[in-house]
Amino acid sequence: MGNEQAIEIISQKFGELLSFEVDAYGMLNITTPADTMIELFTFLKNDASLNMSFLTTLCGIHYPFQKGAELGVVYHIHSLENNYRIRIKVWTSIDEPNIPSLTDLFASANWQERETFDFYGINFVGHPKMERILNMDEMTYHPLRKEFPLEDSTREDKADRFFGR
Amino acid sequence: MANIVDAPEGIEGAGFFATSLDKVIGLARANSIWPLPFATSCCGIEFMATMGSNYDLARFGSERLSFSPRQADLLMVMGTISKKMAPIVRQVYDQMAEPKWVLAVGACASSGGIFDTYSVLQGIDHVVPVDVYVPGCPPRPEQIIDGFMRIQDLVKNEPLRRRYSKEYQELQESYNIK
Repeated sequence: MGNEQAIEIISQKFGELLSFEVDAYGMLNITTPADTMIELFTFLKNDASLNMSFLTTLCGIHYPFQKGAELGVVYHIHSLENNYRIRIKVWTSIDEPNIPSLTDLFASANWQERETFDFYGINFVGHPKMERILNMDEMTYHPLRKEFPLEDSTREDKADRFFGR
Repeated sequence: MANIVDAPEGIEGAGFFATSLDKVIGLARANSIWPLPFATSCCGIEFMATMGSNYDLARFGSERLSFSPRQADLLMVMGTISKKMAPIVRQVYDQMAEPKWVLAVGACASSGGIFDTYSVLQGIDHVVPVDVYVPGCPPRPEQIIDGFMRIQDLVKNEPLRRRYSKEYQELQESYNIK
């Protein structure tokens, strides 16, 4: 399985809906609108020649200056049979960060979507338990969004008075 | 026979030895501290070396680790405590019976260490009162033993009424300990 072959198979089904790009390391990137996402993943998983049955990883990303598409989710999907891998990107606005959940298709999406919700506040529509998974339940924000400082506000030993400032 | 520990100050004569009750109890407590190891990371590994034959914490009367907080005298917190873990440290502390002491081992337990970040508790003294801090990242077993000996000094010299004192009650109130 090569990139050209995969692009041909996928674009036959989806036409102009998706955008394809091969990155510097030879990996195929597909950007899809959130509406066609489930259809795309179902196709990749069930298509006999692609047979991409393994959702390796998914994670969130935040570009504050990319107006209207500030938040994104990046998926890696792998075909164990063809030893072939595709990266899929979905973008959403930060005001309504809704992205369909993949839990019905891939059980491995369950905890990773919860983690992405925890850190970026992306709401995965259709997830059976959209709650925080790693941070403490009392946390009031999504810490990997760029507007929040990395440092903790309760830190005491870095105060200026200890350095004569 | 050589003394394992020296006798406290007192008046000695033929067939009798007189000293204060504080000192006798302090001597007995300080040389048989039962620690509860709350080890979460690399400081815990250093503590394992401290317990092992090379450094041998048993020389200080603490070979008996208490994994139940009910029988423990000393809470040794070794390693990074995340904010999600903080209520558990606090619960373990609450379950310990008085008199009790707390030793914060390493930079993370003392101040958050290198983890100046949203998920990590910036020192366990935000949730429990700490008696002795051991610096180091991680501290060597010698440093842990030194911190432990400072705890022994505190135990040895603690007045029997300290736990009923106004200062101690104010300290507990400041941590909202019932």
